[in-house]
Amino acid sequence: MATESKQKNQAPLIEPGHTFGSVSDKISSLVLNKKTPTFWFIGFGISFMLMNLLLLAIAYLLFKGIGIWGVNVPVAWGFAIINLVWWIGIGHAGTLISAILLLLRQEWRTSINRFAEAMTLFAVSAAGIFPLIHTGRPWLDYWLIPYPNTMALWPNFRSPLVWDVFAISTYATVSLLFWYVGLVPDFATLRDRTKTTGAKIIYGVLSMGWRGSAVHWHRYETAYLLLAGLATPLVISVHTVVSFDFAMGIVPGWHATIFPPYFVAGAIYAGFAMVLTLAIPLRKVYGLQDFITMRHLKNMAKVMLATGLIVAYGYSVEAFTAWYSATEYEGFMILNRMTGPYRYVFWSLIICNVAVPQLLWISKVQNSVVGLFIIAMFVNVGMWLERYVIVITSLHRDFLPSSWDMYSGTFWDWATYIGSIGLFLTLMFLFLRVIPSISIFEMKTLVIGRGDKKEDKK
Amino acid sequence: MKEKDIEKNTTLTELSDKFGQKYGKDYWRSLEALSQTEEFQQAVQNEFKESPVEWENSLNRRHFLQIMGASLALAGLNACTKQPAEKIIPHVIAPEKITLGKPLFFATSFVLSGYACGVLAESHEGRPTKIEGNPEHPASLGATDIFAQASILNLYDPDRSQVIKNIGQFSSWEAFLNLLRTQLEAQSGKNGAGIRILTETVTSPTLAAQLKTFLKKYPSAKWHQYEPVNRDNVKLGSQLAFGQYVETQYHLENADVALSLDGDFFSGMPGSLVHARKFGERRKVDGHHAQMNRLYAVESSLTLTGAMADHRLAMKAGDVLTFAQDLAYQLNATKEKSQHNKGVAGKKWMDALVRDLKSNSGKCVVIPGEFQAPEVHYLAHAINKALGNIGKTVRYTKSVEASPTVQNNSIRELTDDMKNGLVEFLVILGGNPLFNAPADLNFGEKLKTVKTRVHVSPEENETSEWCHWQIPQSHYLESWSDARAFDGAASIIQPLIAPLYASKSFHEIMAALNDQAGKSDYEIVREYWLSQLKKGDFERSWQIALHDGVVAGTAFPGISPTLRAFNLAPQEAEKGLEVVFRPDPNIWDGRFANNGWLQELPKPISKLTWDNAAIISPASARVHGLENGQSIEIKRNNTSIKAPVWIVPGQANETITLYLGYGRIKTGKVGANAGVNIFPLKTSDGKWSASGISVKATKEQVELASTQDHGSMEGRHLVRESSLADYVAHPELFHEMGHEPDPEMSLYPPYKYDGYAWGMVVDLNACTGCNACTVACQSENNIPIVGKEETLKGREMHWIRVDRYYTGDENNPEVAHQPVMCMHCEDAPCEVVCPVAATTHSDEGLNEMTYNRCVGTRYCSNNCPYKVRRFNFFKYADYITESAKLMHNPDVTVRFRGVMEKCTYCVQRISSARIKAKKEDRSIQDGDIVTACQQVCPTDAIIFGDINDENSRVAKAKAEHRDYGLLAELGTRPRTSYLAKLRNPNPELIES
Amino acid sequence: MAHTKEKNKLYGLMAEFENETQLLQASSKANEFGFTKMDAYTPYPVHGLPEAVGFKKNRLPMIVLIGAILGGLTGFFMQYFASVIHYPINIGGRPLNSWPSFIVITFEMTILFAAFSAVFGMFALNNLPQPYHPVFNVPRFALASRDRFFLCIESIDAQFEEEETRKFLKSLNPMDVYDVSP
Repeated sequence: MATESKQKNQAPLIEPGHTFGSVSDKISSLVLNKKTPTFWFIGFGISFMLMNLLLLAIAYLLFKGIGIWGVNVPVAWGFAIINLVWWIGIGHAGTLISAILLLLRQEWRTSINRFAEAMTLFAVSAAGIFPLIHTGRPWLDYWLIPYPNTMALWPNFRSPLVWDVFAISTYATVSLLFWYVGLVPDFATLRDRTKTTGAKIIYGVLSMGWRGSAVHWHRYETAYLLLAGLATPLVISVHTVVSFDFAMGIVPGWHATIFPPYFVAGAIYAGFAMVLTLAIPLRKVYGLQDFITMRHLKNMAKVMLATGLIVAYGYSVEAFTAWYSATEYEGFMILNRMTGPYRYVFWSLIICNVAVPQLLWISKVQNSVVGLFIIAMFVNVGMWLERYVIVITSLHRDFLPSSWDMYSGTFWDWATYIGSIGLFLTLMFLFLRVIPSISIFEMKTLVIGRGDKKEDKK
Repeated sequence: MKEKDIEKNTTLTELSDKFGQKYGKDYWRSLEALSQTEEFQQAVQNEFKESPVEWENSLNRRHFLQIMGASLALAGLNACTKQPAEKIIPHVIAPEKITLGKPLFFATSFVLSGYACGVLAESHEGRPTKIEGNPEHPASLGATDIFAQASILNLYDPDRSQVIKNIGQFSSWEAFLNLLRTQLEAQSGKNGAGIRILTETVTSPTLAAQLKTFLKKYPSAKWHQYEPVNRDNVKLGSQLAFGQYVETQYHLENADVALSLDGDFFSGMPGSLVHARKFGERRKVDGHHAQMNRLYAVESSLTLTGAMADHRLAMKAGDVLTFAQDLAYQLNATKEKSQHNKGVAGKKWMDALVRDLKSNSGKCVVIPGEFQAPEVHYLAHAINKALGNIGKTVRYTKSVEASPTVQNNSIRELTDDMKNGLVEFLVILGGNPLFNAPADLNFGEKLKTVKTRVHVSPEENETSEWCHWQIPQSHYLESWSDARAFDGAASIIQPLIAPLYASKSFHEIMAALNDQAGKSDYEIVREYWLSQLKKGDFERSWQIALHDGVVAGTAFPGISPTLRAFNLAPQEAEKGLEVVFRPDPNIWDGRFANNGWLQELPKPISKLTWDNAAIISPASARVHGLENGQSIEIKRNNTSIKAPVWIVPGQANETITLYLGYGRIKTGKVGANAGVNIFPLKTSDGKWSASGISVKATKEQVELASTQDHGSMEGRHLVRESSLADYVAHPELFHEMGHEPDPEMSLYPPYKYDGYAWGMVVDLNACTGCNACTVACQSENNIPIVGKEETLKGREMHWIRVDRYYTGDENNPEVAHQPVMCMHCEDAPCEVVCPVAATTHSDEGLNEMTYNRCVGTRYCSNNCPYKVRRFNFFKYADYITESAKLMHNPDVTVRFRGVMEKCTYCVQRISSARIKAKKEDRSIQDGDIVTACQQVCPTDAIIFGDINDENSRVAKAKAEHRDYGLLAELGTRPRTSYLAKLRNPNPELIES
Repeated sequence: MAHTKEKNKLYGLMAEFENETQLLQASSKANEFGFTKMDAYTPYPVHGLPEAVGFKKNRLPMIVLIGAILGGLTGFFMQYFASVIHYPINIGGRPLNSWPSFIVITFEMTILFAAFSAVFGMFALNNLPQPYHPVFNVPRFALASRDRFFLCIESIDAQFEEEETRKFLKSLNPMDVYDVSP
């Protein structure tokens, strides 16, 4: 009965008065209703234009060469890698919410996991573009994949970049499976509810003839649980491996053992920020306040606060080890970040990622949708700046002062970055239009349980 | 005549407009348009209208270059791999036969401002591809300077003048001969009174002989010599001292103490390679022998000599005379002392110097700067005499020049004659007087009074624009000639390749003037030497001369002229700002403006590329509130120029140094419109520094491409340095500066290298920072140039760079140079991170780059602590220009876009040595392999070899106490290591 | 013979229920009655239902475990083969079998194979995808994915006698009982 009392002072996970039917109808109607809302067309139009900017930028890149970007020696990595890490980070929340929170029996995940997972997939696909195009000869990228060949040439498995190839592709694949498996019963619902034959066929195929048999449900749940169990270490490993790209290097500011945990935390941080950024407008325009309630938003805010603190800890540990190791290069690196030519980037990063999120301690802020949205925005920016600091300021002044130089992104750098956001949003809009953005069958379990009858159900 | 010209030309213009497209854009604009007016400048700008647009992106510039090359690939090229008809003697293999893929070496000579430097030119299937020093030549001793190295690029420059042109239209040699005939007939009546021949400094015995014959036939004709970077002050100095022009040679091998008076005897001075070599030998310190010479330098702007000095004093160029006067006085070389009460140098410094010189009399030398006033040269002679250095460290011979003249006077006479309309027929053999003649003479205006002007030059330059006839001059690798080295030794210049284009040599032109037209330069040169080499079998001695590249026994004997008395009025200290003019360290007087290698080569000390600048000291910059790149207006007697500021520590305060040669308008696509033209400020008074100038700061900013923005070592022990005394007292001090983890510390067992293990040692104590290694490497390894814009972005491609660090006081810092190339680390960080194993280790310890496996993730570059890896961000390599194809070294891959590249230890030379050894069934001996950078090094600072063979030079060097690894504390275990730098300060001057 | 023919007319009989509790009771009754060939259909997983309709063993976890081990081995030995046996090169002075750097990929491959076997194993055991299934012939069955609960006793069951079974189902007071044509 402890939970009962806890329930009292907490907003419910689903507003009262909902039946199985109403849930199915409400959510599936988002997809099935004939006329597409105008705001969708506007949003999609803009995102689609941005996506074309990306295509243009890539075309020009292939034509001209990597030199159209700001990269040079010593700063041989620039926006491409920053964006890669940024997107991958964002791509963490989805799988995390659906996997880890599932294992932790956090039922509040139910209404957000679906589009969080979608967000993951789209973020990962946005991320995936960058390692592909950032090489000098992109048409040879497949050489990073191990395939038997007559010349006995294999990738160098000692290189973190090859680890990346495996980590990211595995992550993308597993997330996709996870997402699809979650969708199958809902596709069945859509199949049964749609009027048009075309949709019936498509959803029919997608649902693989799912008929909700008790035995199927049983295996289904096992599989889902196992997937969650597998996805959990995976999601942790992905950003760990990405952090190896830096941690395995000898560059001061990269070569740090704190990187894996602090990158993972950062990823969750960024992920939840992005979920909030998307969820808040989504529930507004689709009127989903009943399903994505204040409680969801507050819980996510709390996760952000926690991970944000871990990230802040990461920063301080970097500084500490730099001082404690008494290596002149490390020491200089930190000093250069704080006072060097890129100090503005560093300090705005601190403001965005460390200072501003502390407002979340105040429950007033936690309860204000607008406040949460603004803070989430700050974090999105902050996390990008963090990667900028790590990649650029570490490289631009390393061991030999003779080769120190400056870096700045060119028009094409920005075009590619903004374009990738366009790609992400385009996919997001398409998803909202054709796929139920909230898991219908899982919501039903909430209807019976109202989220607090776990004990009885066992 | 003139009027007719104009009509003719206007029509021609229309005509050639049509041709414009077909033959590039070099069509003629009428003489009228070519006046120093706005229109002229406008017109010139127009000709290059595309330039600013094209050049915003250097890639476009290169692209343009390529198009040019392709479109101008004229018939000559098809025949280009043809050996010259005459028999030329290869240097190494006596019976000449070409084995495909096996280079031959021919001795020839590179000539700069008259002075010859013997070189060996490498020829692949008849194409010269690389210049190496000629060990048997007195001026080379196996080394070369940057100019000789880069001269190969001029041969293949697609922008070269390629056809004989008469007022802009293609013409023919026959047509030109007709012109000569008529002109000479017209002149023969009046003994050629209307004929003038203008040459640059001539030391070629053959050419001199031809000129003499001509002048004998036409007694009233005159021969003038002029080039902007001349040695007038040296001559006037010796005139003051001895009443005659004598050549002064310095024997640094005998000097324990040397003093440089605002000069740079390591570069740009006759015999500088020899100076560097001998000086370096006196600084070699190893286990057995720990003595070093000591060098004092007094100079206005930081030079290589000053950087090398144990004690350096920054001093306005104008004060050097005062300083010299005081020095001479204290050494009892002269009676007058300056009016400066406590001496410009400060008492302590002066006294220490004087004592040091006195106590080393006969074992010391004072070397005045080429561009210092004649009086300074006089005083130097006097001091050297007073110190009893004559015959020991200083040696006099008769002048090397065929007919020594004070060139500023010579050009003035010529312009006066032109003004008075005495000149009807002017033949300009080389040079570019219109661009670089003293501004006050207004050469251009006067030139218009000459009815017929002929210009012979390798490229169509500003002067060509103003001459009726433009005749392409053959490159020295295309034609026979001869010249004298700084010690008088005559060197034969033999070609390696028949002229690529319809070019002529000076000898052929002179032959035509001496109505021996059609005589080949081979016959001419050979005949001359036939008349000279009387004793013994001519054929044999001729063969030897060709083989060695120098004619035996032609070096001048020493003479001992008597020093004259000369009373020099007591000098004052300079007041106010002064400008100092110097030839550009890379493009000299502008003749190398179109040479991409030299343009992109970071200038010593300033590390600027593609531009010249107004160099000032940090203090003066603060005083006048100037910053890097800010454009200032410099005004000298009512002419003014605008130049961007570049702040260099160690520059004398209130002194602005300006490098000549930039601001070319009419040259190839590479050099045109780069930098600022300084010549408008340089007048016929022959002074190389001028006071009484005014400077006005402007708001304009110019982006200057420097390859090293940061001068301090940030307290890191990158260049390890100490005084000789400390080192002798405590040999281990360099290792204590940073700890090297021993290989056993690694978690992994170290690799065993049983066969050869290649390694390199760079002696920082010998390196003068002359950059020759960078150009040699560029030439050997087909390294592309990227242009100013890419350099600004930090994308230069040099495989070996010379880092420059300052230590100590910014007004008078100590400078250390450090050549940095791939260290071939045994635990290479770059290799581990390459995802496709494109960079791996060979079993001889080479860090090998597999270009065609590289996908270009650039991770290796990030992970390279030395940042020696270079990336082809664009398609930098020139695949299109026909002539560039000829130039490329066939043993080295030309790298494609998106590929990483770096120093390979000249792996192609290693394999050729291996092949040779295998054929002779022996192992590779120490010295079989000489890398390009090692070969060219004047001070022998780079040693390469097998570190497994403990008798090899490199192994011995690595055993030295001074040996340390750069950033070895990272555990990279570099195969390239450094010998720490030593200085030998005067104990009296060491601040405690 | 006649029997079988008669049976083949129907796939089975299907009862529709209001909520999960009714369905649970109904299925357990049917189980007690001795029916084995039956299945229950619900809009969401209902706990206890599989046992009620007589589901015994779930083999999925074992499949996933095998998949995982297979993945791990493949991952490591691919790298070992490539860098030690097939093309050994000295890279940065590291030993050929620098196994610590092989761990990451080994791990990723483990996860990947396991995930595949989980998903495809599940579908295989459920023999999905299945383009056609008789239950869909019941129009009301569309609600199975919305808010209705169905119990279907199949005609292949030994106990199945059309009329008896219909009676039996009626006795469980469902909303209605339908014939499921094959």
